[in-house]
Order: sequence, then structure tokens, then C-alpha cells
Amino acid sequence: MRQVWCRIALGITLCIAAHAAGAAEAAGIVKIAEGSVSIERAGARLAVTPGLEVQAADTLVTGENGKCGITFRDNSLLSLGPNSRLVVDRFSFDSTTHEGGFESTLKQGKLAVISGKIAKHARDAMKVRTPSSILGVRGTEFVVEAAATP
Amino acid sequence: MRIWLLVAAAALTGCAAVPQDRVVLLPGPDGKVGQIAVNPGGRETVLDAAYASAAVDSTGKIDQAQLDANQIAQQFGAALGALPPRPKSFTLYFERDSDQLTPDSANLATAALAEIAARPVADVIVIGHTDRTGELAYNDTLSLQRAVAVREKLIAEGGDPARITATGRGEREPLVPTADEVPQPKNRRAELSVR
Repeated sequence: MRQVWCRIALGITLCIAAHAAGAAEAAGIVKIAEGSVSIERAGARLAVTPGLEVQAADTLVTGENGKCGITFRDNSLLSLGPNSRLVVDRFSFDSTTHEGGFESTLKQGKLAVISGKIAKHARDAMKVRTPSSILGVRGTEFVVEAAATP
Repeated sequence: MRIWLLVAAAALTGCAAVPQDRVVLLPGPDGKVGQIAVNPGGRETVLDAAYASAAVDSTGKIDQAQLDANQIAQQFGAALGALPPRPKSFTLYFERDSDQLTPDSANLATAALAEIAARPVADVIVIGHTDRTGELAYNDTLSLQRAVAVREKLIAEGGDPARITATGRGEREPLVPTADEVPQPKNRRAELSVR
């Protein structure tokens, strides 16, 4: 039974990966990584160093002394403080029309955001979820804190 | 002992409205402040003042407060310190019907290189443009040639080829709008975004 679920999960992941590869480039590039930082991608855990590409469906995780900063394709800038967990739920951006969508979820920890061209082009095209709320980003800079889940 | 702890934990989570998440709006570098809409699953609350904060508790109740720059630096310093530098733009101009930079722009290319060198794993997007003289298809090619020429110049000066992309937009996006077939030096350009 467990094997069946694993296969289904793998199938879904492969579909998403194929779709992302067809859709275009990576969502963003890690510019700053200090201390313990990793990405959870398709069941694997990758150590993060500056220059690594971030993709839709990745989960970024920082440890006790970790922090990291990412520049996304639409010029959105996001950074995580220590003990944080951020899921990139969706990222799409058309560099010609500036249409797109950027949704992420801060599960835990602290996040700083400077929004980019996606948020500038369309109201609420960029959203950040927290355990309690949905934040609609209207061309702006902000910080978010999500309490650690027990 | 363990059971008592569980009971205590259940009582805490069951009764008290525990503060959960918090968002604080920040001013931009020019002092301008945007907006953020906080929606805990009912009515949304819009923050629109610098350092305005909204805390949401476990029942979905929003508590608004006014913080200041010092409090933000103390509480969010680590995350803010890890923000990548803001992207910086450069515009380089070309001679008529050519992928040769004007003399002034050749100097600016050097400034772009200095900016690239100063950034952690810099990447560069070069977009070439033309004025509206000539055919659309011809200008598509010329705009791409201009972008490629800039890319090659940056690589020759030590830029990382894997991190510099070049694309052309032809005559579609003039800096100065003109009628078709009008020569306009300001439209013969490449825009660099150093990130």
C-alpha cells in the first residue's frame, strides 16, 4: 500500500517537474546563504550554496544559525532568518508581459520580502500564506513572522 | 507525568487565543509605502502605513499596532540582513544601424562590470532594442545582435557566461515613442539588469 502511494507521489512529482521544465527557467537564484540552509525537493534534501537555482514546489529550510536570500526572476527579493521554513507553492512569470503569479507559504520562522514585477503588474498576483492568514501583496516591502508549529 | 503534560498542553491550546503570525509593512528606499492585505479567512485588513503591524491569533482575531524601525531591526535583523541587493539597471546606446556602442556607453559598460563584481553571484539580463527605421524582422535581428554584443563584452571582461542572458525586443519597446521609420538615437539601446 505504502509503495503504491509512493509511486503515485513520484508520478505527480515527475509531472510537475516536466511541466516546470517545459514552462521555462528556474524561479530564482540563491544569492546569499549562511549557516545551515537546505532545500527539500521531490523527497530529497539539497545543501544550499549561493548560485543554486530555486524551483517551484521547493521548500527552503534554515537551521538555528541559518539565513538565506533569493532573487526571483521577476526581481522579487525574499530572505529567511534562522529556524524558518518556506514553501514556493507557485511561480510563473512572463518577462515580456510581466504577467504571472507568485505564491509561497511561510510555515515557520521569519521572512523579509521586497516584491517585484509580478506584484507591480497585477494586484494580489503575489500572495504569502502563513499558518493563520493569506497576505495579498500590493507592491511593497514587509516582514512576516510565523510562530513555530508545536 | 507524561499524561499530565499532554492534558496541560491540550488545555492551553484549547482555551487561550495564542498569538500566531505577524506581518509588518516597511517603507521603500524612497520612503514610499505600499499596501498589504491580511486575510485570516474572513474580512481582510489592509495595512498601508510604514511599520504598521498586524498580529493574528489562533482564533483569527487581528491585533494592529504601530512599531518603529528599531523594533524591526531587533526582531527581523537576521532575515533583513540576508536580503539580496536590489537589482540595478543600466542603459547603453548604440551607433545607427550597428551593434557598436557609442563612446559614452562604452564607459558605462565598465560601470556595469564594477556592479557585477560587487554582487554575490551576480546574474545579468541584457535586452536589446532598436529605433523604428527598417523592417520589423530586421530590427528583431539587430536588437538581438546588440544584446549579444554587450553580453560578449561583459564575458570578455570576466563576466560568467552562464549568468548572462541576451534577448532582443526589436522595435516593439521604444524608450521614446515615434512614428514608424523615424530615426531616434535614444531607442538604439540595450538595457542591462544586474541582479
